[in-house]
Amino acid sequence: MIPAAFEFLRAHSPDEAFAHLQKHGADARVLAGGHSLIPAMRFRLARPAVLVDINGIVDLGYVRMDAQALAVGAIARDSAIERAAWIGDRRWSLLRDVSRVVADPIVRQTGTVVGSLCHNDPAGDWTATALAARGHVVIRGKSGPRTVGIDDFLIDSYTTAVSEGEMALEARFPVPDDRTAGSYQKVERKVGDFATAAAAVQLSLKDDGTIRSAGVALSAAGACAVRVDEAERLLTGQKPTAELIRAASAAAEQRSAPQADLRGSVEYKKHLAGVLVGRGLRQALARLGVQL
Amino acid sequence: MKITVKVNGLACERDVEPRTLLAYFLREECGLTGTHIGCDTSSCGCCVVVMDGDRAVKSCTMFAVQADRHEILTVEGLASGGTLHPLQQGFWDQHGLQCGYCTPGMLMASYALLKHNPKPSETDIREGLAGNLCRCTGYQNIVKAVQQAAQTPVGAGR
Repeated sequence: MIPAAFEFLRAHSPDEAFAHLQKHGADARVLAGGHSLIPAMRFRLARPAVLVDINGIVDLGYVRMDAQALAVGAIARDSAIERAAWIGDRRWSLLRDVSRVVADPIVRQTGTVVGSLCHNDPAGDWTATALAARGHVVIRGKSGPRTVGIDDFLIDSYTTAVSEGEMALEARFPVPDDRTAGSYQKVERKVGDFATAAAAVQLSLKDDGTIRSAGVALSAAGACAVRVDEAERLLTGQKPTAELIRAASAAAEQRSAPQADLRGSVEYKKHLAGVLVGRGLRQALARLGVQL
Repeated sequence: MKITVKVNGLACERDVEPRTLLAYFLREECGLTGTHIGCDTSSCGCCVVVMDGDRAVKSCTMFAVQADRHEILTVEGLASGGTLHPLQQGFWDQHGLQCGYCTPGMLMASYALLKHNPKPSETDIREGLAGNLCRCTGYQNIVKAVQQAAQTPVGAGR
């Protein structure tokens, strides 16, 4: 399995990468970590005529936090999140969880957060995470950079708001308020396999113990990661109870629209989606000191 | 495309097609067949080599042109002057292999693991090698082999 021939262009700055992409349009793909793109090329599922390698743009390797958001540059590796100094802070527990279960530890040293979002695999981990954390992606387009909310970014399987000739520069995750915790729950047959089902959850509590805001999303539950609006609606403003969690789980099971494959039947995967949302909510609440 | 890759300390200059994968470059251009190819899709870890001293990479999922002007260490570069590397000695002493197909990848992944974490716990080792599959050993002896190597003082060949 050898990829089809292509032209290899190295970019040393975002401007240079953008110029290559503008010139080659739909024929070009960005090469970041390559751990989705290269296998796809080997299977001849992708046949780009031109690869624009952005791994030499060291300026895009950052993971930095300001008062508003965590910003992850286009070639920041998954392992940079896993090893970040702030990763033990419970506000970031969703990111902590996911950063330990994406692919395997070796792949995480090469694979990138932004690349995973751009690949938009139906079973991607970062896509569901970004939905639950209400992330954004900064895209460099002809008229300059624009920031796109994750719900508008994820269009369909392997399809995002990044158009021909454009490139994603950065993923952004808003800094959650103090009483926030999350959880990522993934069932996989073995380390490195695609999820059989996965759930990303993030909850913020008010001082009175009611839920200020809820993010609930599923992976491997349809064409691409999906927000469980109904579960978020049910949770928001309520005091967490076992019944409420059951209702949110049921909404997730209902929302899940997986395909049957070697990993399980539709019935099993839908059930699993509900179970994982329930576990995620319980874990997020436990991290906030609420035992149910 | 002309590239120069420093492989096990020696500069290897070749003209390669961009689609040449690093694993094939090492095996076919450099003649170093110790790097094995298992699944071809970054799942099994047989092809792991070490880039720039401490970063394990799956060489089936990286183009050789991406290694241009980088250093690669393969299993052939582990022993020095006929003396096995402590990891190799560990795999020998603890019977950390049966068929040997996964062994080069296990060794190189373990090498990078010990660079980052010189005194790993059993859990650290099991988690660190989670991207490497072995269908013979059940992993018990592989973990023991890495534990043995981790007891070798840093500097004594590590």
